[in-house]
Amino acid sequence: MIEIENLCKSFTLHNQNAAVIPVMAGANLAVARGECVGLIGASGAGKSTLMRMVWGNYLAASGSIYVGNVDVVTASPRQIIALRRDTLGYVSQFLRVVPRVPTLDVVAEPLLNLGVPADTARARAAELLARLNIPQRLWELSPTTFSGGEQQRVNIARGFAHPFPALLLDEPTASLDAANREVVLGLIEEAKARGAAILGIFHDEGARDRVCDRLIDVRAFTPKAAA
Amino acid sequence: MTDLSHTFAAAADKPLLQVKSLTKRYGARIGCADISFDVYPGEVLGIVGESGSGKSTLLSCLAGHMRPDQGEVIFETATGPRDTVQMGEAERRRLARTDWAYVHQNPRDGLRMGVSAGGNVGERLMAIGARHYGGIRDKAIDWLGRVEIDAGRVDDRPSAFSGGMQQRLQIARNLVTAPRLVFMDEPTGGLDVSVQARLLDLLRGLVREMGLSAIIVTHDLAVVRLLADRLMVMKGGHVVEAGLTDQVLDDPQHEYTQLLVSSVLQV
Repeated sequence: MIEIENLCKSFTLHNQNAAVIPVMAGANLAVARGECVGLIGASGAGKSTLMRMVWGNYLAASGSIYVGNVDVVTASPRQIIALRRDTLGYVSQFLRVVPRVPTLDVVAEPLLNLGVPADTARARAAELLARLNIPQRLWELSPTTFSGGEQQRVNIARGFAHPFPALLLDEPTASLDAANREVVLGLIEEAKARGAAILGIFHDEGARDRVCDRLIDVRAFTPKAAA
Repeated sequence: MTDLSHTFAAAADKPLLQVKSLTKRYGARIGCADISFDVYPGEVLGIVGESGSGKSTLLSCLAGHMRPDQGEVIFETATGPRDTVQMGEAERRRLARTDWAYVHQNPRDGLRMGVSAGGNVGERLMAIGARHYGGIRDKAIDWLGRVEIDAGRVDDRPSAFSGGMQQRLQIARNLVTAPRLVFMDEPTGGLDVSVQARLLDLLRGLVREMGLSAIIVTHDLAVVRLLADRLMVMKGGHVVEAGLTDQVLDDPQHEYTQLLVSSVLQV
């Protein structure tokens, strides 16, 4: 479902004497349907960079990233928007929303964008929020005022609202208590069972051992000159 | 509304607006130069850049408020693609009343301050031929509700409204005729942050429900991050970078964009 071949990335910092910093070279990996692959490697090794290139908010220098039949590296912005609408989901570490929008609508939005009727979308959102132990009295409030753990759970609910065939998870269990961590791991296992291909970063080793089928150390993708 | 989303998805393969090599000079100075891009149905395009970068000139040329020196602005009208630059004034005005809408930065430029709120909304309807008073009034009240203005204020003049309410009224006045393309010049500029947020949410809902396309000129990167699908960065009258909004903001390639993004506290 996700196939990465010979992927390279460098940053050019124009405001620092046009310094060119190579960060990744020759990255190869594949994630099949129903499989969860964990990225490991020290902080700064390029785990998040790789995830962002798959999501399309970082541009690759060369190589290819197929998600389904779309190559994110060469796709037009419109193709990436369509891919994110129906195929590729992303649970980032940060919740980024329009302020003052109720939590229930934040979670329902990915479904509304797919043309799901508002009632159905909100019902699905309510189900996920309840499962993730967000108290119902908070559903009509904007998540911008929530605690870190609550925001993280809202983000997860939003990411799992639509059954995306491919999912990117950036530390989905960070800052969660044991009970909520369990709920999130359950959601990940269900997503795998329905055939989702998942690429994730998990610093939580217990979580990693439980849901990941394979681990890939991104240090193997570090450009040799910079190593 | 749900049926509508399917129809525009089907039509979405054809651009609604195609801009080709658009250039506008002010004497020897460049307003904007050699600008080309497409806008598709249901898409929001953000244009950012500092003041003087040519973004407002570009918007004025697109909306027919100013005549470009060169280039084409091809709009997909009901009867097929037409270059609006070559169009007669009367026909272009008709487009501006029906298929297009223009939301000014200052609501006073887009509203009639001496006419009631309901009248401001109803006027656009009458301009396209609506004549039944009750129907016009009902539709006006419906739209005031959508932009969260209490129906009890329908007979008040906009001069009695706060800045945020005036801006929402301007949006209602513009969208009541169900335009297909909305031009917005700093639509949230000069508003409180909390009012801005409400307006952003409103605009996003309208884009989703009505399938309209929008071109938004702003210098606020946080606004485009939340609202725009695609982004164009302008400097000195030229487009220096264009792409997916979060890609341009998170991994800017051009020197100027890198400077612009790094100068903002947090977007």
